[in-house]
Amino acid sequence: MKQRLDEATIALRAAKEFEDGSVVNLGYGMPGLCALHIPEGRRVIFHTENGALGFGRILTEEDRDKWDINLINASAQFVSWLPGMSLFDHATSFGMIRGGHIDITVLGGLQVSEKGDLANWRAPGRSGGMGGGMDLAVGAKRVIITMTHTTTDGKPKIVKQCTYPVTAQKCVDLIVTDIAVIEVTEDGLVLKEVAPGWTPKEVQELAEPKLKMTKDLIKEIQL
Amino acid sequence: MPRNKLCNNFDEAVADIRDGAVIMVGGFGVAGDTPQNLILALRNHGARNLTIITNSAGTGGKLAAKWWGMPYFADPNLLAENRQVKKLICSISFPDTAFEKAILAGEVGVEWVPQGTLAERIRAGGFGIGGFYTPTGVGTLVEEGKEKRIINGKEYLLELPLRGDYALIKAYKADKYGNLVYRGNTRSFNAVMAPAAKVTIAEVDEIVEVGELEAEAIDTPEVFVHRVVKVAKEKP
Repeated sequence: MKQRLDEATIALRAAKEFEDGSVVNLGYGMPGLCALHIPEGRRVIFHTENGALGFGRILTEEDRDKWDINLINASAQFVSWLPGMSLFDHATSFGMIRGGHIDITVLGGLQVSEKGDLANWRAPGRSGGMGGGMDLAVGAKRVIITMTHTTTDGKPKIVKQCTYPVTAQKCVDLIVTDIAVIEVTEDGLVLKEVAPGWTPKEVQELAEPKLKMTKDLIKEIQL
Repeated sequence: MPRNKLCNNFDEAVADIRDGAVIMVGGFGVAGDTPQNLILALRNHGARNLTIITNSAGTGGKLAAKWWGMPYFADPNLLAENRQVKKLICSISFPDTAFEKAILAGEVGVEWVPQGTLAERIRAGGFGIGGFYTPTGVGTLVEEGKEKRIINGKEYLLELPLRGDYALIKAYKADKYGNLVYRGNTRSFNAVMAPAAKVTIAEVDEIVEVGELEAEAIDTPEVFVHRVVKVAKEKP
């Protein structure tokens, strides 16, 4: 049966990219859910813009007794103290980002172009700033985008050219959507996996640029 | 004679801020790292035509209850509500706040700066650096009007330093000389802004005797701190 993956499942798929020892920064919203899906047996070292590395899990309402107002991630969530964690100021934190010390960042996306340009900070008609997304998109070694495949009114978000303000050019490495996993390569976009029930052709119809079909590589999204 | 840096209260700490001043407001903008009492005091003080340099323009306290269970939270948005701001330099703002409304209405000028570039511009300002080249913002709206340079085959933008007349920052403890230590991840923009203003005012939870802070643990040395004021037991 054809289905669109929910946010938790998209995050689960993206988190499979984390290796043992990966330094990972998660963006606001759906990317943050990746923290709940660390592959078993791996140590993933989380980094947050506001100056912490190697902190513990996100603390929910149920953990209220553990909340510490002095340990909050960049998505405004309380996180737990963890042995081996380090704390630092914003200049050092973005030195880590720009300096190439972050292995993977997972960010949300409004549009991703054929060349891997990312637009994710300002929808048309909106005001507001870019936060730390531009630095992360430029500085992290690998940029993974989690997003729905199409806009709420069904338009492709994987486009030939971004029409929204760009976050960074040629920065995206992997796109995980609710119907597909797509790799950005020098030769264009390669369709790697499709959601259960979807055919490569149906995924292609919902993307502007040509997706390269590598027959033996396309399989159901591996969770 | 050594100058006494300790202020009796927050109103006294901000009393000499004049109209038109450039004010840095520290913190990332979350529960523990925001100088809430200094922001409130500046609101009450009423200085106008301010330029505010801060990471987050603030939610106006609206999200603090939802996010952190805090019924009241003072952030820079208060200054926009009170129409004290002429210009905002920041990386984040929130929809339906006084700042965004004022920006959209053209009442407040705005410069959006990528967060890492903002931190580094402030760091440069504090440390006597005339500017730096960064890859962040190349090929985006941020590059408009900026010098571009190729270094080792990669494109960079020239970004210039930022300095303030005042920096309002939050720390955990100060000693009586003004040395500061922080808790958790609250150094954020506080420790970065401390060196970058003519007058840096630190809001702290505790003031201790000289010698009580481990020299090796001091994050912000006294030379960057001009005034210290302690949070009263009751929260704002």
